[in-house]
Amino acid sequence: MSSLNRKDLLDIQSLSTEEINLICNSARYFKDIFTRSVKSVPVLRGKTVCTLFYEPSTRTRISFELAAKRLSADMINVSVSTSSVVKGESLIDTVHTLEAMKADYIVMRHAASLAPHFLSKNIKASVINAGDGFHAHPTQALLDAYSILERKGTLEGLRIGIIGDIRHSRVARSDIEVFKKLGASVVLCGPPTLVPDEFKVYDVDISYNLDDILPDLDVINMLRIQKERQKGSLFPSLREYHRHFALTEDRLKKCKSDIILMHPGPINRGIEVDNSVAESPNIIMNEQVTNGVAVRMAIFYLLAGGAPLEDMKEEQS
Amino acid sequence: MDIVIKNGRVIDPASATDDTLDVLIRDDRIEDIDKKISFSDGDGVIDAAGCLVLPGLIDMHVHLREPGREDVETIIGGSQVAAKSGYTGVCTMPNTSPVIDNQALVRFIKLEAEKGPINVYPMATITKGGKGEEISEMGELIKAGAVAFTDDGLPVMSSILMRRALEYSRMFNVPIVTHSEDLLLTDDGIMNEGINSTLLGLKGIPKESEETMIARDTILTRLTKGRLHVCHVSSAGSVEIIGMAKKSGINVTCETAPHYFALTDDAVAEWMSMAKMKPPLRSGEDRKAIIEGLKSGVIDVIATDHAPHSLNEKMQEMEYAPFGIVGLETAVPLIITILVRENNFSYLQAFEKVTVNPAKILKIDRGTIEKGGAADITIINPDAAVDITNEFMLSRCKNSPFIGRRLYGRIEYTICGGNIVYSSR
Repeated sequence: MSSLNRKDLLDIQSLSTEEINLICNSARYFKDIFTRSVKSVPVLRGKTVCTLFYEPSTRTRISFELAAKRLSADMINVSVSTSSVVKGESLIDTVHTLEAMKADYIVMRHAASLAPHFLSKNIKASVINAGDGFHAHPTQALLDAYSILERKGTLEGLRIGIIGDIRHSRVARSDIEVFKKLGASVVLCGPPTLVPDEFKVYDVDISYNLDDILPDLDVINMLRIQKERQKGSLFPSLREYHRHFALTEDRLKKCKSDIILMHPGPINRGIEVDNSVAESPNIIMNEQVTNGVAVRMAIFYLLAGGAPLEDMKEEQS
Repeated sequence: MDIVIKNGRVIDPASATDDTLDVLIRDDRIEDIDKKISFSDGDGVIDAAGCLVLPGLIDMHVHLREPGREDVETIIGGSQVAAKSGYTGVCTMPNTSPVIDNQALVRFIKLEAEKGPINVYPMATITKGGKGEEISEMGELIKAGAVAFTDDGLPVMSSILMRRALEYSRMFNVPIVTHSEDLLLTDDGIMNEGINSTLLGLKGIPKESEETMIARDTILTRLTKGRLHVCHVSSAGSVEIIGMAKKSGINVTCETAPHYFALTDDAVAEWMSMAKMKPPLRSGEDRKAIIEGLKSGVIDVIATDHAPHSLNEKMQEMEYAPFGIVGLETAVPLIITILVRENNFSYLQAFEKVTVNPAKILKIDRGTIEKGGAADITIINPDAAVDITNEFMLSRCKNSPFIGRRLYGRIEYTICGGNIVYSSR
């Protein structure tokens, strides 16, 4: 495979396993780069990256910004509150303005599912999905997969549990797809109101009892529980949610000793993860953050037509 | 001048006629129907060989947006689109701005329609302002020309109000036409709840939000002995409930729209907001049940729910785009392509849904080809291919998921009240 032969990165579904491996292998190279003292390379010199965030986000936006800057791109950040958009300028008009200013990459976060897909059909710039509604968060999923690969060498044969509000989670959807494509088996766990049966379409198992599934798991991804879901009667109280689905110290003892605990952040200490567990050496949240920058550098690099870095290394040696 | 339609295949579902016959039109009436009608030189002769000669089609569910949104469609403009699409009669929905809840507005629509090519039958709201709080002045509205009552676009959520509307309207013997939807179950869903909504991360509308409301409305119809007509039936469960209600003698009729027998929610990933309507496109099983329901007669009518929206409104994030697609121009090609060609409907079976059946429900003296009857006739070449393109669409709004498709069934002539109001020749 030469490079990522595509204009946009919109979701995991449209990526082949080969492309996923290509991104992960390239990320390894970029991680090496920015753990040096000189952290940047001139891969995107003269290119303009625009982050367009229609939903508040700190870590994802900063991660993309750092990735672009370490590749020597020019950066602009645009944050728009969704309410002003509904009343005012349309998404298409906003992005045409950015295109007129010659932005090459649009990194978009949007509360409405499929917004980046809709956009990508109507503009020439590359669109990178930084999370759309409940639909997809491909760069998060790729960094999750990369983080597991780094620790375990492969996802083949691993048993991965995703716990929490699956229904409303773009991370869950993209994670399931990337984990399945790399050969892991996946079990979803949460109350039936948050884990609908339709998810079986992904060829995953569903459990309503966290204690039952813990001993078999190699990896747990704990999702952030949104407190406002309680208002929609999706669960009766945080107290009851915690009792059934929180990762407590007692539950951690039932897990394999080398279990990987992941969390997309920001963490609700005391709700989905107990304070003591949040400090456990098994939790790799900070590694995930570091890897996120590397994976996003790799994506920019490959979308710009960069050749596989593995091959380069082999040629050099 | 007289018009003679020669050599056509006359399909008249009202009399179960399917025969090669000539039809003579004099002024606004059908003068004669016979094997061979001799004609003088003065007659306008239409050679209909190879074509279907049908009663003028009736669409009992269109949104012509006037008053209020003349930028997207008008009564006259929409009537011209209907004429081009083979329709000689349409019912306008009252959810305009302002809503049609008083005699003056009903008269306005009738007056405006007189300048257009076809018959327009206004529906008025069940409730004042369409707010679902008090029933509107039904007697006055009927006197002004309203043919039925509906709060279409919204359901009547209050059960007691629905009961009163069904009861009160009995003295006029007109149907209460419902957009059956439990808004609480719909929540803020935007597409059918199922595998596709799960994969796309879009909020789902369960079919049960339609089915529970249809169940309530049929049960209230049994209680009140009123007349119920259910709009845009989209799910297998809805067909089942209405079938049961009919069997037990409840006075209920219903309609579906072409997109429910032509598409499933598989179309959403590609078409996004162009495939967004209420009720939403359902699963393959539901689509099959709709086709079966049309065949068995549980579904009485095909109506388009023609809903023009501007490109600006539709070219948005799917969540923010309005519900609805245009349907007049694609209706006949979809009926012929999907029902007749792909699902073996006879022409009589397919076209009763857009002629005699809606005419009976609305008590309109049309929808049939009979001696002395109104000269409303549609002539269709069922074998001619029709490419659905932006240019093909006369509607000023092109919000259709069928653009790019090749279908069959070209409208050759639309004749309304003895006047040729559209001709492709």
